[in-house]
Parts: sequence; structure tokens; C-alpha cells
Amino acid sequence: MSPFWKREKKSDAENIAEMQTASPPAAEAKTDAAPPEITVKPAEAEAEVKEMAAAKPKVLTAVMSGCTGCLISLTDNYDILLDLLDAIDYRYETTLADVRQIPDDQMDIAIVHGSICLQDKRQVDDIRKIRQNSTFLVAMGGCAGSGCVTRFSVGGQSATPSHESFVPVANLVKVDFALPGCPTGPEVIANTILAAVGADLEYLKPLAELAGFACGCDLLTKIIGNGLCIGCGTCAMACPTRAIDMAYGRPHVNQELCIKCGACYAQCPRSFEPTFEMIEKRVMGVE
Amino acid sequence: MVLGKYSDIMTVKTTDKTLQKYSQDGGIASALLIHALETGVIEGAIVAMPTDEPWNPEPYVATTPEEIVAAAGTKYVLCPLNNALKIAARENGLDKIGMVGMHCLTYAVRKMQLYPFGARHLPNKMALLIGIFCTENFSYTGIKAIVEELHKVNIEHVQKMDVSKGKMIVTSNMGERVEVPVKLTHNYVQPGCYICPDLTARTADISTGSIGSPDGWSTVMPRTKVGKDLFQSAVDMGLFETKPIDPGKTGMEMLTKLAQNKWDRSEKTRAERAEIGLPNPF
Ligand SMILES: Cc1cc2nc3c(=O)[nH]c(=O)nc-3n(C[C@H](O)[C@H](O)[C@H](O)COP(=O)(O)OP(=O)(O)OC[C@H]3O[C@@H](n4cnc5c(N)ncnc54)[C@H](O)[C@@H]3O)c2cc1C
Ligand code: SF4
Ligand code: SF4
Ligand code: SF4
Repeated sequence: MSPFWKREKKSDAENIAEMQTASPPAAEAKTDAAPPEITVKPAEAEAEVKEMAAAKPKVLTAVMSGCTGCLISLTDNYDILLDLLDAIDYRYETTLADVRQIPDDQMDIAIVHGSICLQDKRQVDDIRKIRQNSTFLVAMGGCAGSGCVTRFSVGGQSATPSHESFVPVANLVKVDFALPGCPTGPEVIANTILAAVGADLEYLKPLAELAGFACGCDLLTKIIGNGLCIGCGTCAMACPTRAIDMAYGRPHVNQELCIKCGACYAQCPRSFEPTFEMIEKRVMGVE
Repeated sequence: MVLGKYSDIMTVKTTDKTLQKYSQDGGIASALLIHALETGVIEGAIVAMPTDEPWNPEPYVATTPEEIVAAAGTKYVLCPLNNALKIAARENGLDKIGMVGMHCLTYAVRKMQLYPFGARHLPNKMALLIGIFCTENFSYTGIKAIVEELHKVNIEHVQKMDVSKGKMIVTSNMGERVEVPVKLTHNYVQPGCYICPDLTARTADISTGSIGSPDGWSTVMPRTKVGKDLFQSAVDMGLFETKPIDPGKTGMEMLTKLAQNKWDRSEKTRAERAEIGLPNPF
């Protein structure tokens, strides 16, 4: 890989021309269709992952269409950030490090933040390459996981008016674990990386169900609509835009404010339920 | 084990005269919060504070003993306390937050600590969770219908509500006492409560409730180191009168039986839901 100062510098116009002449991927990337099976199944990956835990796992973090806030959230782990970085072999990152090409060798954990722009050939190619080359793919944060704010894009804006379709990573390739939220919490990122490093599938398992379109209305359809709500207010607490008001023990979502980050549903105690044993051991320190 | 993990279990009552007057049972929840506040274990606590609408409390971040006393007493109605966690951390600026809550509230806090998707830097600020026993809860309209249609007491005139020995007891501010069998209230129970498996708030630092102890006393179960240490220091300072829990029919046996019933109700409801194709939490 050539160092950045030796890279050929292209003008913005050239870059844009390159993106626009690229073959439109929209035809092959059917939105909301089942993602192509080009991944290693977690079950098959299990043995491999146990092995890799012995050595430092190779990790990349790649930004697609997002604000980089989720990466900042990762670094917001002040106290343990150095330990965290020490536990991994960090191979690719364009913001914190200066590596510009997605590596060709096999990664153990690929962490993607930002949604995929279907009209951006580089992103579509990159996400497919990342999927192909990695054991676990983590969609870090709302944009990667559910599209989040980028879902509101309708294109027609300078400098790339054709960029209009921003979709969750899971619409194109299989996502193994998703971390909803805008940004998703620093601690849950750290926990997830450490769980992946330690092949801690108990922690990771529920995260496998959280990729794909999300909205505050999930509370209506999946929680209240299934007779599961207990009026705890955790959803309202988790919402980054304060779109949720609690009235008479039930969440009321203001659709004007909802940015479709998925935090409320994921944080709800009635979406997925960690076992009592897990809570006693990991949070309460009683065994 | 249907009661969860605990280091000790006993029958306890506060020695504080004010709390004896305003608390629901042995005054344990409020006394522990005040003690935690005064010894610096917490800087404030989230409690269910009465509002202008009778029996429709709101989450409130209490930072003084007076505010904690003002919120004492059970309201058999939904109060989304967890919504105040971020308010406590961001608006009140608390680094050590305490909270009271039934199973569902404390469990949701523990899940948040384990998977803080939308709760940046909150996990380490949770300094104390006091669990209260719970069989079921009601919406505001539900509890209003119960007291007005079954007890025939205007909700604005209700002084205290209590559930004891299979009866829901309402005391009016005229001193009138009306009892109805708890069975009659079942139509009004919040649907989500039927899959709740946990009577004794097993994910709290210390749990308390009336089942298993005589009137005016509470059953107390310290669970974590935080809960044990706080309780011990309160006992050492003479804040509580304690005695061993009665192992017999109205004590330990009753508590275990009712906890088992709740566990079984949850298992049964989950199975029935699955049978008709309704999803359960995964
Ligand atoms: C809905 C509900 C159902 C219950 N069911 C049972 C039961 O079946 N068996 C049993 O033994 N005990 C039950 N309890 C607990 C019991 O009623 C007492 O709250 C408990 O024993 C504590 O009494 P205390 O005197 O120690 O607390 P107090 O000093 O009276 O303090 C009570 C604390 O609980 C808080 N609180 C009151 N209402 C609510 C609410 N709706 N949501 C959250 N927090 C609240 C208050 O803010 C206060 O801090 C239930 C409580 C509730 C809220
Ligand atoms: S309601 Fe809030 S938390 Fe839920 S998806 Fe919308 S913005 Fe996110
Ligand atoms: S977080 Fe609590 S209040 Fe919100 S939908 Fe879930 S159970 Fe209901
Ligand atoms: S029965 Fe369970 S879900 Fe219902 S209020 Fe009590 S603790 Fe919450």
C-alpha cells in the first residue's frame, strides 16, 4: 500500500466523474431483499473465532455514509480505550489512522459505520469486499444498522445529485451484529469488540437480530402491539432526539423527531432479554 | 431459585417515626435511600413522586431526604422511572444515581448497563438499585376504574392503597376502609405483567416487600456487595429494627410459594403466546 503522500491526487471533478460513470449498482442491490449469502455463518465461524482469540484479532473500521459520530463514540471509552486498542491488531481506519485501502487479507472483525449509498460504487464495492474478507461484520450505530438519518435523503443535492439511496448495510450483505443508536453508546461498542475478541457468543447473540430498518414505531408494532410493554420509560430515556414522551405509562413517538436509529427498541427490556445469570455475573458481581 | 441470589433474608422495620407514618410497609425503601444519600453512596434517587393528578405519579430525581419522604408509599400505577435516568445524569449532573423499582424497572436498568445502546456513560453512574416486590401493576385508567367501580371510592379521596392477604384495601381520607378480593382486579392488570417472571426484583442490589413479614414490617433481601454494605451500615447506625424471618406459613413458605406462582404464570403465558404465534422477547 503506498503512503498517502505518494498517492495520485485527483481533482474533485475527476472523483465525481468516476463515481457517476461507475455502473449503477442499484439493479443488483435490491433494497430490502434478502442479502446475498456471501458470509461465513456464525455457527461455522465459532470454531474459527475460538482459535483467533488466542492471537490478536485483525480488525478494521470502515466509514461509509455517516457522520463519524459512532467512531468518536468508540474513542469516548476514555479509561479503557488504550486497553481496547491493545487487544486488537488494528489494520484499517481512515480517520484515526491513515490507511486508505481496504486490506486484501482476511480480517477477523470488520466494524462498519455509516449506511451504504447505492449510487456510490466505491461504497458498494468496499462493503462487498469487506464482507467477503471478514469473519464477523459489525454494523456500528444507527446509520450502518438501520439507515438512521441518512434514510431521509432524497438526493438531488450538490456535489453528487445522483446520491439518493442510503440503505442499512444489511440490505447489501449479511450483518452479523448490529449496534443501534445515534451514536451507539461507547460502552456497548467496547463490550462488543471485547466479546468478539473473546468469542463471547452469549453477549453477541441478541445483536444478531438488530440489523435492518428501525423506527420508533417498532415500539407500537413489536412491543405494545404484542402486549409486551410494561411502561418503564427506558425507550424514552434512550432516544437521542427526545422523540418519545411517556404519558400514562406508554411511549408516544413524535414521528417528526424520530431519526430511525433503533435505540429505543434495542434498549427496551422487552425486545431481547439477557438472562438473569448474565446480569448477576456481569453487572451485579454475584455468582 | 425463584427468589434469585441473596446473602441474607430477614424481617425489618424503620425506627424513623416520620417514615413509619408515610411509608407503605416497613419504610425500608425510603430509609435506605435517605441513608445512602446521607453517607454519599448516592447523590440523588429516582422515585415515584405524586403530582397534581391524584395517584398518577411522575418520575422525579430526589436529592434531599424531604423529597424522598414525599415520594414514600406505593402507587399501584405505572410510573416510567427509567425515563429519568438521563435527566438525573445530564440535567441534575449526578454521578451516583439511586433508584427504586419493581422487577421490570430494575431489570431494564441492568440490561441498559450491559448493553448501553442509547445510554452513554450511564452504566457506571448507577450506584444503587432498591428492588420492591411486585405481582402486577395497572394503568392509571385501570386503577381508577378499580377504586371507583369496585371500592366505590372517588380516586381523589383515596389516602392509601394496599394489597394484603388476597385483598386490595383502599383507605379514604375520611378514614373509611374498603376491601375487595384481588381476583376482581385481574381484568385491569397491565397485559405485559403476565410474562413477568420475577416477584422479588432479583436484579436489584437489595430487595424489599411486604410478603413474608407481619403488617408494618418488611422482608429484606440484600443481594450485592453494595446492598449488603448499605444495609449493614444502616443497621449499625440503629436505623432499623431486625428479626429473623418466620420460616413458616406466613413467612418464608408464603414468599417462596407466591414467587413460584409468578414464575409459573410467566412460563405458562409465554407458552400460550408461542402457541398462537405471538413473539416473546428473545
Ligand atoms: C406496582 C407495585 C406492586 C407491588 N406488589 C407487591 C406485592 O405483590 N407484594 C409485596 O410484598 N410488595 C409489593 N409491592 C411493594 C410494596 O407495596 C412496597 O412498595 C414495598 O414493600 C416498599 O415499602 P417501604 O415501606 O419499604 O417503602 P416506602 O418507604 O413506602 O417507599 C416506596 C418507594 O416505592 C416507590 N414507588 C411507589 N410506587 C411506585 C411505582 N408505581 N413504581 C415505581 N416505584 C414506586 C416510591 O417512590 C418510594 O420510593 C408493590 C409495589 C408496587 C409499586
Ligand atoms: S424514537 Fe428515538 S430512539 Fe426510537 S428510532 Fe426514533 S429516534 Fe431512535
Ligand atoms: S422500553 Fe419500556 S415503556 Fe418503552 S416500549 Fe419497552 S417496555 Fe414499553
Ligand atoms: S408484574 Fe413485573 S412487569 Fe408487571 S409491574 Fe410488576 S415487575 Fe413490572
